[in-house]
Amino acid sequence: MDTVVYLIQKTLIYAAPLLIVALGGMFSERSGVVNLALEGEMIFGAFIGAIVAKIIMEKQLLTNYQVIFVIAIAVAAIASAIFSLLLSFSAIKLKADQTIGGTALNMLAPAVVNAFALALFNMEKIQMPAFFPGYVIKNANPDLTAIEQIFGDKVYISTYIIFVVFILLSIWIYYTKTGMRMRSCGEHPQAAASVGINVFKMRYLGSTISGALAGIGGYAYIATVANGTAESSVAGMGFLALAIMIFGNWKPVGIFFGALLFGFLKCIGPVANSIPFLKQFDLPLQFYNIIPYFVVLVVLALTAKKSGCPKAEGIPYDKGMR
Amino acid sequence: MKNFFSQLVKKEGFKSVLSSILCILAGILVGFIAMIILACLNERQSIGDAFYGLGILIAGPFASGTSAYIVSNLGNMIFYAGPLIMTGLSVAIAYKTGLFNIGAAGQFLMGTLASLSVALHINCEGNAFLGVIVWIVAVLFGMMAGMIWGAIPGFFKAVFNVNEVIVCIMTNWIAANIVSWAFKGMPELVNAGSGKSGYLITTESTFNGTPTLGLNKLFAGSYLDLGIILAIVLAIVVFILLTKTTFGYELRACGANKYGARCAGMSEKRNIILSMAIAGGLAAIGGALYYLNPGIEFKFDTAYSRLPDYGFNGIPVALLASNNPIGVIFVGLFIRYLNMGGTNLTSAGYNNYISDIIIALIIYFAGFSMLFKNIISKLLKKKEKQPTLAEKAAVPAEPAPAALPDNAPEEEKKEPVSDEKAQEGKEA
Repeated sequence: MDTVVYLIQKTLIYAAPLLIVALGGMFSERSGVVNLALEGEMIFGAFIGAIVAKIIMEKQLLTNYQVIFVIAIAVAAIASAIFSLLLSFSAIKLKADQTIGGTALNMLAPAVVNAFALALFNMEKIQMPAFFPGYVIKNANPDLTAIEQIFGDKVYISTYIIFVVFILLSIWIYYTKTGMRMRSCGEHPQAAASVGINVFKMRYLGSTISGALAGIGGYAYIATVANGTAESSVAGMGFLALAIMIFGNWKPVGIFFGALLFGFLKCIGPVANSIPFLKQFDLPLQFYNIIPYFVVLVVLALTAKKSGCPKAEGIPYDKGMR
Repeated sequence: MKNFFSQLVKKEGFKSVLSSILCILAGILVGFIAMIILACLNERQSIGDAFYGLGILIAGPFASGTSAYIVSNLGNMIFYAGPLIMTGLSVAIAYKTGLFNIGAAGQFLMGTLASLSVALHINCEGNAFLGVIVWIVAVLFGMMAGMIWGAIPGFFKAVFNVNEVIVCIMTNWIAANIVSWAFKGMPELVNAGSGKSGYLITTESTFNGTPTLGLNKLFAGSYLDLGIILAIVLAIVVFILLTKTTFGYELRACGANKYGARCAGMSEKRNIILSMAIAGGLAAIGGALYYLNPGIEFKFDTAYSRLPDYGFNGIPVALLASNNPIGVIFVGLFIRYLNMGGTNLTSAGYNNYISDIIIALIIYFAGFSMLFKNIISKLLKKKEKQPTLAEKAAVPAEPAPAALPDNAPEEEKKEPVSDEKAQEGKEA
């Protein structure tokens, strides 16, 4: 039982960044912009968030670590949103190839992070101070029930934030006027424009929200999974999130289950040594690392035929095309 | 002379080159702005350092040091360009078929794995001939591993209609983990020397490294070897394959318009898989050439956590070259030239990641090279509006490139112009 609770706790920690970044990918793609830059946006947002958190902590501007955590997440979201404007500007205004733009951002983010981290801190990564904010509640009480342990013990504040944001935004994109308009721009922008929707505005909105969510996920990743180290890589989490979005068929419910599944697969490797059942096989970390990517391939092969891919994604909006 | 110039500017290739140069200039300009920002943030630097740094960057390998240092730097620049040309070719040939090969990193690693497993297991000390044979076999094994690895995204795209980008990314990470894992299982290849951890032995100890042909003596102190010549030869082979053969024509037709290609009786699926396999093989040869050099060590223990830069840097190479195999050679050398400048930047107080920023910016701008091209075309048209209009009236509407009949290749031989048309049709 302890092992199961432990695994669920770990799964949630890994699933949270994947969940929010995959939702970010969905926002961008449902509005019609392919966002390959999720990885880069995560790196960039996480880096800026980490700088702000580090400065606040070292200058002791605030002492409540959880408040610092929330501020850093907000900063990361804003930074990523601004960074994502580079992509949306080229994709929407200049009608450039979105795959290339996304790839460029993915290369730009680590280069910028490395260059600035080396110049400012003499290190290729930012290590947050030792008193870096950890769990929001750390309850050592063994009498708790399993459910209480999962949601009340060793949980990061980012996990709560991410789940709330996920639910609110999922409702927003499905049940509000703006959300529906945004989705229509990803399916048939010309039809949307014919009823007076500003396609450019909707696409900018979608990809900016996407960037902000990637920033939240990026900071959550470095603060929880990576133990407070911001560097020029998030180990392919952005791409995995992209795959989860496809796995979830561009729908929040699918993304939710996809993120839980891949969070679980992703967490097995690092925790395998503390689980007696898995320890007896003594498999290398690389084996566990391969599993999620392999599963993605199998799932994509099985589901791609009935894909719910937005019809107009990746195609620059051209008013004259009908 | 004037006539020659006006002929030149009308050519599509000229516009491509010009727009690539604009991309590069824009990338360097924005990179320069980043250098100014860094200089302002860092109290040890002044604005003057930014200009000094720009000078170093533009001077590339010639920036500093004694003449011997410059010669070895230049040799290394050419050596490092070899694998880059290979990954650039890999991205370019896939792009011609309408596929975005972002999986060159994984194919590069698989090539490294296969070729090193062969070469490092056979000690050829004292037998130079055997060394060359083993080297050839190692490169071929690397190529085959890369072809298989590259065919996977092609297969997924052709059979399951899964976006090749996502499959490539997944196979990249799988490859990185497999390579790290596989070499962990070959303890006999690990360099147990002092101060080394996680490195493999090199072909220096097995005497079957890439033949140097005395090139490393010509550029004393550098790693330069046969690899760069092989890369250039392969670029020419790819060029001939794409432009002068039936198969190459089919690949380009699939890239230009896959429905048209299907209508013309070409097997779109077969072409996608083959194109990705060739792309994989090319990237893998890059990996083999890089690590079969006696001077280059492979760090396998952390290989799973980071993908090699070579794979991704092939993308800007291909884009800047407009996916022209011959252009890839020059752009590959140019990117290495920039990187050499980047490593010299430390003397101005910068780190070598500045050149990475500039390369990333260049790709970003390459994304809207079409825009640059259109601007160039408009500017040119403004200059000579009358002739262009007359020309337009004279030339009837161009046929769609892929809608050519079955016997298109024969036609192509008679009339090489259709090649240019295919190019234009794709870009239109």
